[in-house]
Amino acid sequence: MQSMDYWSMLFVFMLATFIGIGVIRRVSRLLHTPLMSITNAISAITVIGSIIVTGSDHPLPIRILGAIALFASMTNIVSGFLITDRMLKMFKGDKGHK
Amino acid sequence: MSYAFSQLAYIVATALFIFSLHWMSDPKSARRGVYSGVAAMLIAVIATWVQPGIIIHHAWIVIAISMGFVVGVPLSRVPLTAVPQRTALSHSFGGLAAGLVGTAEYFLWLHGEQQNLTTFRMTAIIAEIVLGYLTFTGSLMAAGKLQGIKWIPQRPVTYPLQNVTNIGMLLLALVLGVAIILNPVAGWASAVFLIIIGLALSFGVLLIIPIGGADMPTVISILNAYAGLSAVAMGFVLNNKLLITAGALDGSSGLILSIIMCKAMNRSFANVLFGAFGQVQSVKVAGEEKAYKVETPEGAAQILEEANFVVIVPGYGMAVAQAQHKVRELYDLLKKRGITVKFAIHPVAGRMPGHMNVLLAEAEIPYTDLVEMDEINSDMPQCDVVLVLGANDVVNPAARYDKTSPIYGMPIIDADKAKTVFAVKRSKNPGFAGIENELYFSDKTWMLFGDAKVVVGELVKQLSGGGMC
Repeated sequence: MQSMDYWSMLFVFMLATFIGIGVIRRVSRLLHTPLMSITNAISAITVIGSIIVTGSDHPLPIRILGAIALFASMTNIVSGFLITDRMLKMFKGDKGHK
Repeated sequence: MSYAFSQLAYIVATALFIFSLHWMSDPKSARRGVYSGVAAMLIAVIATWVQPGIIIHHAWIVIAISMGFVVGVPLSRVPLTAVPQRTALSHSFGGLAAGLVGTAEYFLWLHGEQQNLTTFRMTAIIAEIVLGYLTFTGSLMAAGKLQGIKWIPQRPVTYPLQNVTNIGMLLLALVLGVAIILNPVAGWASAVFLIIIGLALSFGVLLIIPIGGADMPTVISILNAYAGLSAVAMGFVLNNKLLITAGALDGSSGLILSIIMCKAMNRSFANVLFGAFGQVQSVKVAGEEKAYKVETPEGAAQILEEANFVVIVPGYGMAVAQAQHKVRELYDLLKKRGITVKFAIHPVAGRMPGHMNVLLAEAEIPYTDLVEMDEINSDMPQCDVVLVLGANDVVNPAARYDKTSPIYGMPIIDADKAKTVFAVKRSKNPGFAGIENELYFSDKTWMLFGDAKVVVGELVKQLSGGGMC
């Protein structure tokens, strides 16, 4: 395992939060529901933690917990991205309108 | 080498996630945001999966991922009126995943490499499981309330000493958390760990039962932030920066949405979470009994026809009745007569942020006619007819001056400044917040009682039938 560097992790967290705030403040209010679905899918990045726990050479009960977590994350990824796209397809401006 | 490869992949994935959210700023580029998000996720999953020597149980991963597809695809096809429940449900899945991984890591290290349980990491694990499990049960309750599941009370549930109980539980969890962080491998540690999990699970339930439907947009946003933060905590535990960045993006999104929702209701976070409102307020009927004026669809259609500028204020009632397609027909008929039609969207209309926009977009109403509250309010005095469609608190003028009202100070759509108001309402009961709306008793207001879809359908019939002469 790589040595832990708490400070650099906290730095990354702080910077990512500010970037997130900067980017999300500019999201149109029209799209707040799709925004929530897509960030939902993005937070399912827990999938990578779940893969590590499920796939490594760990005792069975640990891997079962991991597999449930992997299933839950994957459900969020699949449904989150699909429903976001489905909603965004429906937003049409005046031109797309007969 | 493989470490460098995975780190590089994580950097690319982080950049793609940021682009993904950046493109969400405009409906024109938003779909690109989805593709970039999917690409980022694929890169992240593949880079994690193909680490030689670390991942060996491939069948397990394939099975769990396939199950995710089996459940995820149907969940993405729910009717759009069910989007708030789906969102709450996926927050709960996100919380569950974080909680389970945290639990697995703790017991793995407790029975193995105990030197990994450093103070920093233990703090992160406790944050991860507390946030994860309370988001799990809290969101599950919220989803149940939104779905209208029978054994989950819809109305806010309050009981004596509610806040004392909640805060007490939180303090207990905090004390136990500190104890276990300082003694992660003590004999009693695993028992205390399980107690903390139990406390977090119950806390999630207790936090949501006093919350009413009108507060759901805020609560869903807060749970969104928690789900993101639990992913960040997982990143600290696993020493993984992609988890931290992606989780932080989600966390800040939830935070911003919560702030917008709170501002739109003129309430604080603490007030939403700890100040259950929903008990029906006793209205001050100063001596005289107030009476509604009721209009027929025929009469309303006639007045609509003579208008130049019509504003429709949609609310949760429109979603419940699935009336958006009928509304579209009404919109088309009015437009054909040269009438300007706009939709006034209050930030907290419906049950989640942006709920109304999605429903109206589904009915193919161009988003250029969906106007935010702040922009439409200056035009309201010029408005001939306001059609309030299943909205209630967001047009209640009491918010402006009545200091005793629970919604005092909440910004509202100035429906009362229009020349005529038609309010479509299912029943004579007050809205979800349990507050009487004096707009309905105003001189220029006429009520159209009935299901939103039926009433709008009647209006459409009137306008398309006799209207052409």
